[in-house]
Amino acid sequence: MTIKPGEIAIVGAAETTKLGAIPDMAQIMLHADAALNAMADAGLKPSDIDGVACVGPMMPQQIAHYLGITPRWVDGTGVGGCSFMLHVRHAAAAIHAGYAKTILITHGESGKSRVNATPRPPEPQSLNGQFEAPFGPMGPPTLFPIPVLRYMKKYGVTHEQMAMVAVVQREWAAKNPRAAFKDPITVADVLNSKMIAYPFRLLQCCLVTDGGGALILTSSDRAKDFPTKPCYILGSGESVETTMVSQMEDFTSSRAFRVAGPEAFRMAGIKHSDVDHLMIYDAFAHLPMYGLEDLGFVGRGEAKDFIWEGNTRPGAKLPLNTNGGGLSYTHTGMYGMFALQESVRQVRGTAPAQVPDVTISVAHGVGGMFSASGTVVLSNQRP
Amino acid sequence: MTLEPGRARPEPTPETKHFWDGTRDGKLLLQRCGDTGKAYFPPRPFSPYTGTRNVEVFEASGRGTLHSYVIHHRPVPGFKPPYAIAVVELEEGPRMMTNIVDCPQTPEALVLDMPLEVAFTKMDDDITLPLFRPAKGS
Repeated sequence: MTIKPGEIAIVGAAETTKLGAIPDMAQIMLHADAALNAMADAGLKPSDIDGVACVGPMMPQQIAHYLGITPRWVDGTGVGGCSFMLHVRHAAAAIHAGYAKTILITHGESGKSRVNATPRPPEPQSLNGQFEAPFGPMGPPTLFPIPVLRYMKKYGVTHEQMAMVAVVQREWAAKNPRAAFKDPITVADVLNSKMIAYPFRLLQCCLVTDGGGALILTSSDRAKDFPTKPCYILGSGESVETTMVSQMEDFTSSRAFRVAGPEAFRMAGIKHSDVDHLMIYDAFAHLPMYGLEDLGFVGRGEAKDFIWEGNTRPGAKLPLNTNGGGLSYTHTGMYGMFALQESVRQVRGTAPAQVPDVTISVAHGVGGMFSASGTVVLSNQRP
Repeated sequence: MTLEPGRARPEPTPETKHFWDGTRDGKLLLQRCGDTGKAYFPPRPFSPYTGTRNVEVFEASGRGTLHSYVIHHRPVPGFKPPYAIAVVELEEGPRMMTNIVDCPQTPEALVLDMPLEVAFTKMDDDITLPLFRPAKGS
């Protein structure tokens, strides 16, 4: 029997007490801090949880034991920063199947302070270690933007248009007291910021922060017994492509986006015009453009004008990355949890930069350097 | 052209050994699917297009075009910034990551779709990297 839109709900959601620099917490404690906050949000104790999901390097057995949970379902799916979108999808399926009743998904990362953080260099025998690492990439800023010049050439995207992504997101961040950067910036500011990996400059690259978040899911039939407004899962999608950015099928589009996004829309039974609020994981400035096109919100090559003309700004028709995104809000290394948290806040009506009358929010994630994708459609209305 | 010390060094596995033996001998070896005739990369002893194990190794032309790149401005062991991390699209179809040598590391000099040719560059007695340079006559 297939899962129906709205059958499973998020009943607990919270981020870590602090965001930014948290040198007084090890990585496992960031998971726990977020989990305890989410349990408080849902009015639950560890003994009420019977399912746990998280992504490596943290393992579900560490989280379960640390928090005092005895799970009968676990998921350690690790496909990078969108793993949480996949955890939501897998948890919904597990609750539907009866494998667990109340599932906790956690994220914590000491991205900035590196307290008990695990370095992840490619093994020299791996395909990445043999066929990418010898040519001098060093982390996401040198790998994620590898395709962007090809995209810019194909669609005639200017550096000014690519800079505008960061400018608009800063407008949202200005409305969010928890955002790391709130001061307004201009296209010129972006283009004058320090060069990191041409064509991307500092203000087109995500932050590096400490923090975390957690979600609690249960069946919608039980959701009415919780203190929070249920946030119904209407649909979800997932896919992976390649861990080697050089081997992407097409440098101007993500195959994983094109599988995950439409699947989530199909499951949810929604059209683009039904979407009131959108989060697109923005580790770097090009991702909102790829996301808008690959998810079908605009046609091929149209994202540059769509953003430039202000359609994703505060007050405009498609509010995008309303917490300020990975570019201005926070980015621990795995931002997907924060995109989901903002979607939950928006459909609950509790976001700092609240969009009026949000019924449906879409959170779209990316993992690795275009290596994976997950999409979740949320609503405050059960169909 | 010699490499500065400190670069990440690839360690071949049984599935990739022929490729690295090839670069050491001055040959760019690709594989092709026996069913579709399509070339692929990175090396593996079966076709990613059809799953067939009917595949063959062949010597590529060593010619390609500059598909995309970034110019990194931060220090990395084995490199002098700024340097380009590039992806070349080979004449035979597959793409591979590489560095562009004998060329200024600037957006003005590194023009997308410019013709490139392989420049085998020795790392040590076992490993030779397939770097690329602007094609002669271009």
